[in-house]
Amino acid sequence: MSDGGQTRKGTSSREEVEEQVDTTTETSDETEELVEDVDELLDEIDDVLEENAEEFIKNYVQKGGQ
Amino acid sequence: MAIPKYVGTETEFGIQVVGPSEVNPVLASSMVVGAYQSSGRSTIRWDHTDEHPLRDARGYEEPDAHEPPTDEDLGLANTVLTNGARFYVDHAHPEYSSPECSNARDLVVWDKAGERILEDAAQRAAQSLPVGSRVLIHKNNTDGKGAAYGTHENYLVPRAVPFPRLVTELIPFFVSRLVYVGAGRIGNEFGLDAVPFQLSQRADFFEVEVGLETTLKRPLVNTRDEPHADPERYRRLHVINGDANLCEVATFLKVGTTLIVLDMIEDEALPETPTLAHPVSAFHQVSHDLTGRVALDLEDGSTATPIELQWHYLDAAKRYWKDRDLEPVTAEVLQRWEDVLAQAETDPRALAGQVDWATKLRVLERYRERDGLDWHDDKLKMIDLQYHDVRRDKGLYNRLAARGDVERLVAESEIQRAMTAPPEDTRAYFRGRCLERFRDEIVAAGWDALIFDVGTSEALQRVPMMEPGRGTKAHVGDLLDEVDSATELLERLTG
Repeated sequence: MSDGGQTRKGTSSREEVEEQVDTTTETSDETEELVEDVDELLDEIDDVLEENAEEFIKNYVQKGGQ
Repeated sequence: MAIPKYVGTETEFGIQVVGPSEVNPVLASSMVVGAYQSSGRSTIRWDHTDEHPLRDARGYEEPDAHEPPTDEDLGLANTVLTNGARFYVDHAHPEYSSPECSNARDLVVWDKAGERILEDAAQRAAQSLPVGSRVLIHKNNTDGKGAAYGTHENYLVPRAVPFPRLVTELIPFFVSRLVYVGAGRIGNEFGLDAVPFQLSQRADFFEVEVGLETTLKRPLVNTRDEPHADPERYRRLHVINGDANLCEVATFLKVGTTLIVLDMIEDEALPETPTLAHPVSAFHQVSHDLTGRVALDLEDGSTATPIELQWHYLDAAKRYWKDRDLEPVTAEVLQRWEDVLAQAETDPRALAGQVDWATKLRVLERYRERDGLDWHDDKLKMIDLQYHDVRRDKGLYNRLAARGDVERLVAESEIQRAMTAPPEDTRAYFRGRCLERFRDEIVAAGWDALIFDVGTSEALQRVPMMEPGRGTKAHVGDLLDEVDSATELLERLTG
């Protein structure tokens, strides 16, 4: 019987742990999504960005206008 | 009651030819405009008859040794399009001047159409250059190396409004609107306070409060008095202190809030406006501050933040419109204006996706974080520049918009249509439709006239269009549909 009590106790704390794990999982999912989103954006920009930035910026000289 | 206001924007685009051959920017700009013309869209020359860029709103005309010869003297491409816009070469840049619009939303559509026209024109121009050449067009205002070029707004204002009152009541508004008008840039100019990033592309280039110049000693309020309309009744307020915007919300607010403020000035509905002690340095201060909380010195010894100054105008606007019929577009401007100020009060950087400086800054900060980059890194400067590239597949603003990271206000189909079709409720309708129907009989077109040569008499026939609100679809739509020739059109107009 005492085992049962320990089991119940154990079950209960496992549930608590599970709940906590659930919460943690959600949070890290969101964070991962955000991180993935930012990574994706930067990857996308990397793909289209002028290759030789240093050269390009050096040569980008405009005449003054209005 | 304030008159209906009409608005147009003019943008000098940055231009860069990349590839095996060197092409100077004047020639490159002319090639871009010419390439679009030769695609069969227009061969009409611009009518300069009523242009007086040196006439001053303060009541005199001054000779100006600094202005270079006009484009026509140099034989550069200069034309008018069926959407009512002017497309030409100005100061070594291709310039798109939008048709006259009756409201901020239409202005967004026809301003965006200009980006698409430049994208298309640059691609055509590159085809006539050696293989491997690219013509890159940026809707920006500085090269970051001491050169600035303009994005100007033009507003129709009654001549009866005293110019000094416009100056007094507009300066604090112009200084503080950078919070949503700024297109953002890395660095600064002329040894002003060194900042890694600032709100405005243009602010550092402004040196005086009021003046006629546009290419040097740039003034917060420009006095060019060239109404392109009945000069007895109107002036055209030529606003040169704004940035080129890619975010539709920013363009919408820039123009929409200014239209509202002009209505209030005309109707004397603004309570006493706080006077800045040093407007030009305040303009720099606002640009150099990313918090919206910088304390600006007022003439009475107190201070105000840019956000507080903006609330002064918005609160007055809400009172002004309380008992008036509110057009849906104006209602949307008021709502968005309030939302943006409320957001700017808590965290201006959260305006990313709505205004350009914050949208750009967010991308730059993410790059800095990922790659550990210093603000002086050329890769960041490349991002700063390529944000403004008008190509939809390569421009970073356009990539962000395609991802849904930027709020859109108008449909792409409307923008595409506006590349060739004029607004229907301004005189741009008459200009655009006449060009579409009677291209061969029109020898020149300007903001306030069309000149026909119908071959029946020796003389050319000039049709004046001195009222920007006339020549709309409601006025002349049926007529233009009914007539079979330019001769018949002229007969019916004069008959």
